[in-house]
Amino acid sequence: MKRPEPVQQVKDRRDAALRALVDGIPYVHYLGIRFDRRGDELTAVLPFDDKLIGNPGLPALHGGVTAAFLEVAAIIELAWASQWEGMESGAPQTHLPKTIDFTVDFLRTGLPRDAYARARVVRSGRRYASVHVEAWQDNHARLYAQGTGHFLMPAALGEPAE
Amino acid sequence: MSDIVKIARQFIEAIPHSRALGMVLEDLGEGRAIISMPYDLRFVGDPATGVLHGGAVSALMDTASGAAVMCHPAAPVSTATLDLRIDYMRSATPGQRIVARAECYHVTRSVAFVRVTACDEDDSLPVATATGAFTLDRPQ
Repeated sequence: MKRPEPVQQVKDRRDAALRALVDGIPYVHYLGIRFDRRGDELTAVLPFDDKLIGNPGLPALHGGVTAAFLEVAAIIELAWASQWEGMESGAPQTHLPKTIDFTVDFLRTGLPRDAYARARVVRSGRRYASVHVEAWQDNHARLYAQGTGHFLMPAALGEPAE
Repeated sequence: MSDIVKIARQFIEAIPHSRALGMVLEDLGEGRAIISMPYDLRFVGDPATGVLHGGAVSALMDTASGAAVMCHPAAPVSTATLDLRIDYMRSATPGQRIVARAECYHVTRSVAFVRVTACDEDDSLPVATATGAFTLDRPQ
């Protein structure tokens, strides 16, 4: 029987693949978004910063920041989920899907605190994918925004249609 | 400059994130707003092509939409985005600034409806369009 792969080797490979996906995107770096990984589960984290404020009176996060945060979380989750098999067999892809449309539902005022988001690939085909994403701040049960987007898959990533 | 436009201008120019993205208020009045954003390498979404991230274009369109609401003749004192649907038609050409033109085409007692178009230097085909619903806080 084949020996199981050492755990640190598995972690290093997955973390490196995630870094390759995320670190090259200047705008993600500019907003300060990072990703926590537990196995294949990703949580996007947006640490609060003054430059993210949209309404200084409240103060509240800019709606555009929230829209961008959700879109980033959705794209990275989709690329990550799509390249998982390739990564595990040693051939990760870093081509990003392209957004066709994205709808953001602003449920609560974005507070001047850290925000978190998790995305779920609802449908992923050879050419198109649909992704839902939810974001919260202090309490996971009290979402402050949610979004749904449709994406065009890069040729290398899309899986064969069933 | 009317008081409505003056208040709207102050509201927009005080937004830290809009300033951070280098947004410039080009024109404002009667429920319409034009806001531009320069090309900036920090806002790139795809390093292979240098194309701006959709999120940066979304932030610009959201700001222009809010500005259009604020300068509507209903004279709101504040506004916030309820929902925004963005359609991306094509990649923005690297190196070119983006101009968003927003129109608040209808308001009710507490909701404003907006459509917005974002173009680079080629005006013939928008980079993205969006429609949104915004809260409308009227003066007491």
